Amino acid sequence: MTEPVAASGIGSLAWLLLALPAFGAFVLLVGGRRTDKWGHLLGCATVIAAFGYGLALFFDVLGQGPDGRTTELHLFDWVPVNALDVEFGLRLDPLSLTFVLLITGVGSLIHVYSIGYMSHEAGRRKFFAYLNLFVAAMLLLVLGNGFVTLYFGWEGVGLASYLLIGWYQHKPEAASAAKKAFLMNRVGDLGLAIAIFILFKELGTTQYTEVFARVGELSSAEVLAVTLLLLLGACGKSGQFPLQAWLPDAMAGPTPVSALIHAATMVTAGVYLIARANPIYNLSEDGRLVVMIIGGVTLLIGCVIGCAYDDFKKVLAYSTVSQIGYMILAVGLGPIGYALGIMHLLTHGFFKAGLFLGAGSVMHGMNDEGNIRRMGGLAKKMPITFVTWTLGYLALIGFPFLSGYFSKDAIIAAAFSMEGWRGWVFGGVAALGAGLTAFYMTRLFALVFLGKPRYTGLRSEDGREYHPHESPLTMTIPMIVLAFGSVGAGWFFESNHNLAGWLTPSLGELQEGHGVLGHGTVNILVLALSALGAGLGFLLFLRGDQPVERPARVSFPVRAARNDLYGNALNEALFARPGTWLTRALVFVDNKGVDGLVNGSAALLGGSSGRLRRLQTGFVRSYALSMLLGAVFVLGALLMVRFS
Amino acid sequence: MTPTYYLLLSALLFSLGAVGVLVRRNAIVVFMCVELMLNAVNLSLVTFARINGGLDGQVMAFFVMVVAAAEVVIGLAIIMAIFKTRRSASVDDSNLLKY
Amino acid sequence: MSWVLIALLLLPLVGSLVVAFLRGNDRLAKLVALAFSLVELALAVLAWTAYDPGGDRLQLTSSAEWIPTFGVHLSFGVDGIALVMIALVAFLVPVVIGGSWAEKLPEGRSAGGFFALLLAMQTGMVGVFAATDVFLFYVFFEAVLVPMYFLIGRFGGPNRQYAAMKFFLYSLLGGLIMLASVIGLYVVSREEIGQGTFDWATLVTVTRDAPLSTQIWLFLGFFIAFAIKAPLVPLHTWLPDAGAEAPVGAGVLLVGILDKIGTFGFLRYCLPLFPAASQELAPLVLVLAVVGIVYGSLLAVGQSDMKRFVAYTSIAHFGFIALGIFAFSSQAGAGAVLYMVNHGISTGMLFLVVGMVMARGGSRLIEDYGGMAKLTPVLGGLFFVAGLSSLALPGTNSFVSEFLVLIGSYPNEPVFTVIAALGMVLAALYVLWLYQRVFQGPVRGTALVDLAGGPGAAVDPERAPVPDLNKRELAVLAPLVALILVLGFYPKPVLDVITPSVGATLSEVGVADPVAQEGK
Repeated sequence: MTEPVAASGIGSLAWLLLALPAFGAFVLLVGGRRTDKWGHLLGCATVIAAFGYGLALFFDVLGQGPDGRTTELHLFDWVPVNALDVEFGLRLDPLSLTFVLLITGVGSLIHVYSIGYMSHEAGRRKFFAYLNLFVAAMLLLVLGNGFVTLYFGWEGVGLASYLLIGWYQHKPEAASAAKKAFLMNRVGDLGLAIAIFILFKELGTTQYTEVFARVGELSSAEVLAVTLLLLLGACGKSGQFPLQAWLPDAMAGPTPVSALIHAATMVTAGVYLIARANPIYNLSEDGRLVVMIIGGVTLLIGCVIGCAYDDFKKVLAYSTVSQIGYMILAVGLGPIGYALGIMHLLTHGFFKAGLFLGAGSVMHGMNDEGNIRRMGGLAKKMPITFVTWTLGYLALIGFPFLSGYFSKDAIIAAAFSMEGWRGWVFGGVAALGAGLTAFYMTRLFALVFLGKPRYTGLRSEDGREYHPHESPLTMTIPMIVLAFGSVGAGWFFESNHNLAGWLTPSLGELQEGHGVLGHGTVNILVLALSALGAGLGFLLFLRGDQPVERPARVSFPVRAARNDLYGNALNEALFARPGTWLTRALVFVDNKGVDGLVNGSAALLGGSSGRLRRLQTGFVRSYALSMLLGAVFVLGALLMVRFS
Repeated sequence: MTPTYYLLLSALLFSLGAVGVLVRRNAIVVFMCVELMLNAVNLSLVTFARINGGLDGQVMAFFVMVVAAAEVVIGLAIIMAIFKTRRSASVDDSNLLKY
Repeated sequence: MSWVLIALLLLPLVGSLVVAFLRGNDRLAKLVALAFSLVELALAVLAWTAYDPGGDRLQLTSSAEWIPTFGVHLSFGVDGIALVMIALVAFLVPVVIGGSWAEKLPEGRSAGGFFALLLAMQTGMVGVFAATDVFLFYVFFEAVLVPMYFLIGRFGGPNRQYAAMKFFLYSLLGGLIMLASVIGLYVVSREEIGQGTFDWATLVTVTRDAPLSTQIWLFLGFFIAFAIKAPLVPLHTWLPDAGAEAPVGAGVLLVGILDKIGTFGFLRYCLPLFPAASQELAPLVLVLAVVGIVYGSLLAVGQSDMKRFVAYTSIAHFGFIALGIFAFSSQAGAGAVLYMVNHGISTGMLFLVVGMVMARGGSRLIEDYGGMAKLTPVLGGLFFVAGLSSLALPGTNSFVSEFLVLIGSYPNEPVFTVIAALGMVLAALYVLWLYQRVFQGPVRGTALVDLAGGPGAAVDPERAPVPDLNKRELAVLAPLVALILVLGFYPKPVLDVITPSVGATLSEVGVADPVAQEGK
């Protein structure tokens, strides 16, 4: 770790990175319908400007020596109360700048794509406002120089994600998916928040520089607690087990949103968090083991469920879950994996965004149909989409010398390079995942683009026939750009350790292990497994006629996978239903019990006085009698006192 | 000529009056009984004055008579008014002043 | 500058009398009331500038003899905590007047009476925060009940008589218990220094030496009164009724300010006057606070009435405030005070937007609405902003305070803090679920379907039969939204005023910050 210095020169304008998209969002939201005509252009312009500035900043920092690459820009004191001094500041270092380029770069492309994709929407301006809001929040997340600013961005992207998943908010399922995403994220945020509390209690600060410098003062139990709590935060945001269920539902949002937020950037924030907190994770072997377990479990879950779904975007969503599992596994490896996780994150950002945009392009031409069983043979109808999508697909399954080949295989090799059972278990899981990935992606590829068209004669939900056609230029150009990234990014990052060297000031030197299997052996093993998976996929899904309706009689594993391995059912049974009962019971208790006690005491007073009132009968003679008795009583008492 | 007999008579009269007030329904009779009780008290007051040899009790008796006279005037007027409206002089009939 | 406090106190009273005489002319009455409240706001700004955060414990003080036999004085003064509360009062009253401009009052009630009562409330509320004589505080404490009782009982919803009586009896019960403690203070001070006094500053130096059992009894007297005001579970059941039946404007003041008297009382009276008892009984209060957070949140989830919903969210928020006060750290304490301000702003706004929804649909029930965002996008957006502030999203005011309360409480009370932090998840649940039911999904519900032209009718936003926000409503909500964002990003000016006073309170209790300040 290098100590940060105060940002100067071009770096002192880094607040522009946040201000530009935030300004765009502000103008579009407050301006209302007046901005309808040019809103989308403003939205794109702010993000592209931010990208331009990010590039300039990147080259400026690249010009510095490795020791001068970490700078901080103090903006203002945010929450200062005695010992607690949360500042609002930015940390510009190789890690954050890498993310800045990814977010603004992919963000710009997807903004441009959205112009075409959302052209039929009445509220397109608002969509761009939300996208801008997302970019601003995401940039704050990666640029913030302390855990609290990170938390700000963390929840900010959650908000943007909520708004965008619920974009079609008149549809109940979209609204529910948005709410579910926000809630599951908040569960993760809880972990992040409590981790921050522990850091403040023990170290009296929440700024990265001070925390990382003094992290050695924590006891090992505290370090473990912090690592696990941060991991909980990462699980929520990145759709990792056991908080993965929201991500597939999030596909209810428009496709550009899925590409930007739920594939390329926001969901990788968990990986960023763990990589950023590497000085803490370096101290806890156990913490990292849990991270690896979560990553490994998630990557298998994602693969298995991905094999069973028929919804284009949901398959891609589970693929994302699984690929982020790889990244989490990588950063869980520690110093041998941090940079690899970030590298896979970047290449994944390119090819998965490209795959999603391709899916959006297909659905755009198919009356928004998402069921892959109603597609087939689209290669001829949409040539550009087909070519770009194929390149993304090959990159994802790790076809030699494309992006995924370098980044994913490096992670698998690093997993095998651990000593003992860990190497065998995690390496084996990662390699198995590669085979499964090749299988489900090939299934998707074959069912959508190859084979015979299955949509002829069918009608979409709104009653129109399918007339697949290629999308407009605003949509295809971003796909082409991303396809270049899918092809070349991995090679570029890998050659001379370009990326790992660049990230060294933030993540430490990339180390190499010498574990159970060597790099070359792993390479051949993974290629063989991938080829097997892909071959099986072509064999099964390219032959003859594929049914348009999904087969109802299937074996148990397929049924389980179709039901998300019963993750949702488990959530439902453990939280949702007991929660509903609990609230109902509590409402009853509050109305009848607590308030009943209050009203009851009032009623007791009222009732008893009502009874006592009955003594006033109105009969003069009974009053006289009581007067007489009273007089006798008083007299008797007097006499008793007198003569006793 | 012991004062005890006078006091006994007074107690007897008072008891008669009290029972009358409690058991009779006719307002006029109740009224008469009240007068009987008042005068029983007067009798005992005068007797005590005689025993003690002072005038206090006799003066007190005059006061009681004056108050009784005033009471009779007002009381009879009320009874007349009630009788005029309700055609009844029973004390049990006028029981509206209750809970 | 000590005249500022007196002016702040008297101006609304004068305004109230003037407005009361304008009952025949509603429009004029409203304008005069608004003018008075704006002048009051200007005075509050003046007081803010005159206050020196680094100066004395109590500032802008003034005092006059009132009942010499018992040593009662008319003395006023503010610390940072009282100052921000008075500023909140001065800010919210014009907003409430603007928000109640077109309030539909029950048959035979005049707007003049309504606004006169609002202004009378303001005098009472300023008095509660500005009084530095315990007896005078008690008088104001009871005096604010009267206008509020009439606001609910005369201008409220269908069940207003019941709600007003419940509110009044509850508060009066607490007040009488407190009176016993107030008299107890006098007795204790006479025993300790030979002369009875109600002067707060003197009492602080006296009662801390009283034996623990005495302190506990006197503490409980104050505590019960404040726990009813602030509603802590299980003394909360008056709030949902009162909040639901109160007219919107009165509801804002009720939840936004009147309830804060309770938490303000904890800070001003319970802690400094009875330091030993406060520490002794803190676990009890913390349990009530944490139970309140979870219980209030779960009940908010289960409500079917929007106004009751807001009331229950407040119960959860008051749990956070009580947690912050009794966690005894400067971060948590400052967070609690800031929370008091923020809760006034965000729940006030939530109440106002709920009122605006009701003004369109004519029903309080959630099930009578659905898909409203399509008909009234601006109202939907602002409702969402208020909701975000209520669930403490970073960037909104409430985040800063909730974060401070939790991070400040954690070092002393880790278990309670973690349970309280669950409230964050529940808050997201109740806000988003309400938003989903009222604003998202297809247009449905009896209240809206008729207006929108039958079930399933295509809704044309250009000619929507349900009108979106008009200029007046926007003008009412705009300052609230602005404050929500400004305090979310730059709370430093307010924190600078609060922090020294909270620090002074903690040193009166005699506790040190758990996380010591580095040598800076």
